[in-house]
Amino acid sequence: MSLKLPDPDESVLARRAEIATALRAIVPGEGVINKEAELRPYESDGLTAYRQLPMIVVLPSTLQQVSDVLAYCYAEGIRVVPRGAGTSLSGGALPLSDAVLLGMGKFNRILEIDYDDRVVVAQPGVTNLAITRAVEHEGFYYAPDPSSQIACTIGGNVAENSGGVHCLKYGLTTNNVLGVEMVLMNGEVIRLGGRQGDAAGLDLLGVVVGSEGLLGVVTEVTVRILPTPAAARAVLLGFETVAGGGKCVADIIGAGIIPAGMEMMDKPAIHCAEAFVNAGYPLDVEALLIVELDGPGAECDHLIAEVEAIARANGARYCRVSQTDEERLKFWAGRKAAFPATGRLAPDYYCMDGTIPRRRLPEVLARIGELSTHYGLAVANVFHAGDGNLHPLILYDANKPGQLDTAEAFGNDVLRLCVEVGGVLTGEHGVGVEKRDLMPTMFNDVDLAHQERLKAAFDPAMLLNPGKVFPSLHRCAEMGRVHVHHGQTRFPDIPRF
Amino acid sequence: MHAPTDIRELTEIVIEAAATGERLEIRGGGGKAAFGCDREDASVLDMRGFASIIDYDPAELTLLAGAGAPLAEIQKLVAAQGQMLAFEPWDQAALFGGSAGAGTIGGALAASASGPRRLSRGGARDHLLGFEAVSGRGERFSAGGNVVKNVTGFDLSKLVCGSWGRLAALTQVTVKVLPAPRAIESFALDGLSPELAQAALNAAMKSQAEVAAAAFAPGAKSLTVFRLEGVEPSIRARATLLTGLLEPFGKLRPMETLDAGAFWSSIRDVAALTSASILWRLHVPPSRGAAVAQALCGAETNWLMDWAGGLVWIAGLDDAALVRDAAARAGGHATLVRAPAAVRASVPALQPASAGVARVERAVRAAFDPAGVFETGRFLDMSRAD
Repeated sequence: MSLKLPDPDESVLARRAEIATALRAIVPGEGVINKEAELRPYESDGLTAYRQLPMIVVLPSTLQQVSDVLAYCYAEGIRVVPRGAGTSLSGGALPLSDAVLLGMGKFNRILEIDYDDRVVVAQPGVTNLAITRAVEHEGFYYAPDPSSQIACTIGGNVAENSGGVHCLKYGLTTNNVLGVEMVLMNGEVIRLGGRQGDAAGLDLLGVVVGSEGLLGVVTEVTVRILPTPAAARAVLLGFETVAGGGKCVADIIGAGIIPAGMEMMDKPAIHCAEAFVNAGYPLDVEALLIVELDGPGAECDHLIAEVEAIARANGARYCRVSQTDEERLKFWAGRKAAFPATGRLAPDYYCMDGTIPRRRLPEVLARIGELSTHYGLAVANVFHAGDGNLHPLILYDANKPGQLDTAEAFGNDVLRLCVEVGGVLTGEHGVGVEKRDLMPTMFNDVDLAHQERLKAAFDPAMLLNPGKVFPSLHRCAEMGRVHVHHGQTRFPDIPRF
Repeated sequence: MHAPTDIRELTEIVIEAAATGERLEIRGGGGKAAFGCDREDASVLDMRGFASIIDYDPAELTLLAGAGAPLAEIQKLVAAQGQMLAFEPWDQAALFGGSAGAGTIGGALAASASGPRRLSRGGARDHLLGFEAVSGRGERFSAGGNVVKNVTGFDLSKLVCGSWGRLAALTQVTVKVLPAPRAIESFALDGLSPELAQAALNAAMKSQAEVAAAAFAPGAKSLTVFRLEGVEPSIRARATLLTGLLEPFGKLRPMETLDAGAFWSSIRDVAALTSASILWRLHVPPSRGAAVAQALCGAETNWLMDWAGGLVWIAGLDDAALVRDAAARAGGHATLVRAPAAVRASVPALQPASAGVARVERAVRAAFDPAGVFETGRFLDMSRAD
């Protein structure tokens, strides 16, 4: 597969040994890796279609080391690619052949927990779930819950502005991060935000979150934690048409209810998931909704009854309310298994991540169906229905000549369709290298220039994570995506939904 | 004075200003004109020509409007559909001796004018989804999107919120709207000292009571007030929880609807302090609010706090260094909201950033506005030499 990354700087490559020596003076011992066999584990992230050995991997363990490494690279004109756990689905941490890969995994400590201020201060290499684990005994949790939360790091979440199934009610990472300490490309350390509300001046923290490693290297993160809701209940709803399910979602929101989670699956996705985990899903419906309410038990009971009534008014032919927490988790097990479950239908799937205005859902699914016929590839749709974030899974067989290219062409058409109906290219996976060259379908040159100048304000030499987010001038015709072959993902044990 | 009515006209005005060195002060209703140092040589760029409400579909939870659209009109429109701008934007004109009602949505966003519900629902920054604007380069550009979930490109919406018109003139904004709570009830503890009030606020916020707003007004008859929002059965359950939890602090008293409404308006509008000539707004870590206020005010009652302690308004203090030092030591910052012109001419409205952050801010402003068209001198940190 071909991907146009910035041309390697030959003068940097020629100095590889000298650079490694200089970096060893900053990060002693095993913190600098330049043997090919040891570089191999870093050659890709969760977007395994692309592989590139980094020039050198550096694993700093102190703020001073990060600052010194970046200052050295800045002075020497060496590119740097930051990396957390490497679970990005959009290639955000894809190495460059002439760049230092800066792995932040050793920054793995929780520094402070303050229940009065309701914050956790963590180093960037702490996993998303570890934050919740650290505070749950006191009845707290960290709300954003990307599906890879057992492995992905809070630093990576900041870079990608990660979401999760609960973000309609609780927000994305950006709504839950209060402050960061970060190192600029020139080695300077700055602190943005804190534990309070608004910034004093420009809200730089707001643009750093979701900047995909292009603006600085985060070395400390302060997140807001919330008291764990007293109860959670879910209801499964089946509909004869996708439009019926979509109308039900609109009516739930129209009734003033913002569920903790609201997921939709279409018939292929329902069948795959049910065959995979026996969640008890009805098989004779065209659309299945999982609606979860949380809060005081009295609130859950009250709103579940309202949701049921709305569903019945919209012709739901199936309605089942979880009676126990075990049953509620079983409802979710099917949804969470939807991605790997497609392996029963085809050896490979390609996961898309666009957002659309919800009112366009029936039309968008119909057009995805037409594209499916046109390209001759099946598709299963899962949908964060509350916020319009659509994950079509295009099913193909990479061993059949041309199918991979066909899947990619299909995927590009789906993302263009999302933009055409008023939506966006990515709801939660990020642009990375994956959707980089589709950016012009959503933004014109002037729009992109304003974003790139912001990049230059933080990193004038354009050394930090180049080749990501912004379309390259010399675009290749074909771009790769999240391809999963026979279930062989880079992190097979991490849920993806 | 410029009053463009379409984006082409606006673009021409900005390009012309960049060429001639004219400075433009972007203005909506003008209620906050007395914020920051007085400007002598800036021309007003009146954005009220961009006043249309372009698209509002309640089920999508989004509203697209001209940045000059009256805030009050938008709030009325969404309220009629049982929805709200959840960050409780408010017209700050009264803070400066004016009367509310003329404020625009663009002005509320550019000043990050968030109300008491910011505690539970986030601020202006959390509710701007996308925008169209003309930068200081005289270029029309867009960022973000028109849907509630989007991570495509840099999140410039965050950057323009609270930017006070220093990066670009907003022409259109897409804001998130949310269902309004079906019921709102407030509960008060009477007569607590600031220390005890802070302890009660901390305890409430750590509980499962899901407090939507929490504020304290000091004095002999001090009020510590908790606002619960949601469906009736939920409020009942949470009120019971809160009453038991706060028993050590006294008897939690349900407030009459009218009294509660008046209390929250007065907290939001800082009504008790608007006659003072100097008014500060401190953002601090929430648990530090009462301590910071008392360190600065002693036993005086020239202050109040919102956001469970995270927002402190203090009237009358004229020692800027003292106020800013106290805010910084607590981990926050202080904004000089109102002061006589002579004070505003020497004390920056916004707490100065560290050298490193200030450099990045200057670079960011220069990226959007290299000629300094929107640099009016209001913030006493001009990014161009003059």
